[in-house]
Amino acid sequence: MEARRDVFQAIADPTRRAILFLIAAQSMTPNAIAEEFHSSRQAVSKHIQILTECGLVKPEKRGREMYYHINASKMNEIDKWIQQFKNILETQFNQLDKVLLTLKKQKK
Amino acid sequence: MTTNLLFDFTVDKAAKKVFITREFDADLSLVWDAFTKAEILDQWVAPKPWTSKTKYMDFKVGGKRFYAMVSPEGQERWAIQEYTSVTPKTNFKMYNAFADKDGNPELPGSEWDYTFSEQDGKTKVDITIYNESLARMEKMIEMGFTEGFKMSMNNLEKLLSSTR
Repeated sequence: MEARRDVFQAIADPTRRAILFLIAAQSMTPNAIAEEFHSSRQAVSKHIQILTECGLVKPEKRGREMYYHINASKMNEIDKWIQQFKNILETQFNQLDKVLLTLKKQKK
Repeated sequence: MTTNLLFDFTVDKAAKKVFITREFDADLSLVWDAFTKAEILDQWVAPKPWTSKTKYMDFKVGGKRFYAMVSPEGQERWAIQEYTSVTPKTNFKMYNAFADKDGNPELPGSEWDYTFSEQDGKTKVDITIYNESLARMEKMIEMGFTEGFKMSMNNLEKLLSSTR
């Protein structure tokens, strides 16, 4: 059973969003990422761990170094959920349009 | 779609908020009723072929609505809403949570804020949804709302064209 991390909570943190922006441009080693921040290496490493657990970033071993890169398909999932929610609301409201039309006719 | 009414939808992931604006071609009191009376809510909140049934609804501050979305197979998804603020025909706020069939809420839920305004015979509804966790949104979708969604869009088009 894999640990279920909350993707949305992962991206709600400003440091983690900054990490995502950084490695979106190019994959980076944990040390290179940590150098971009004022926080400790341990703190940055914890953020990377959370991002990895929820599948937003992926580690890749190149020689002796570990590089982290963006998992684009997982990022797309977030947009897909939002799109689906929007679709649900659209359906509801279109149904309401029809109900309002009926109610208006009844009033006349 | 025959309608071309305003529909805005934006998500602020960092603030964990969703902003929705929708215009309806009806006067304010009718639209207010459609959002605050169980017998009208049950006619539109469930995306067809799902249906909505309200067990009880007491629309006042501290009052609650306990209702279910029912699938075509008869499967029930219960939710409970508590009204936290009511300014008649202007604004109301509620806390919405999924629940079991006995009405015990599954926390955390989400906060919904509805503002109504009328202009030129049309009514604009501004909705803000705050989720403690936006993952709950994911759950909302997992709870079966997407089943038959595409079908429901087609049903709706047919219904709309037949009533006009």
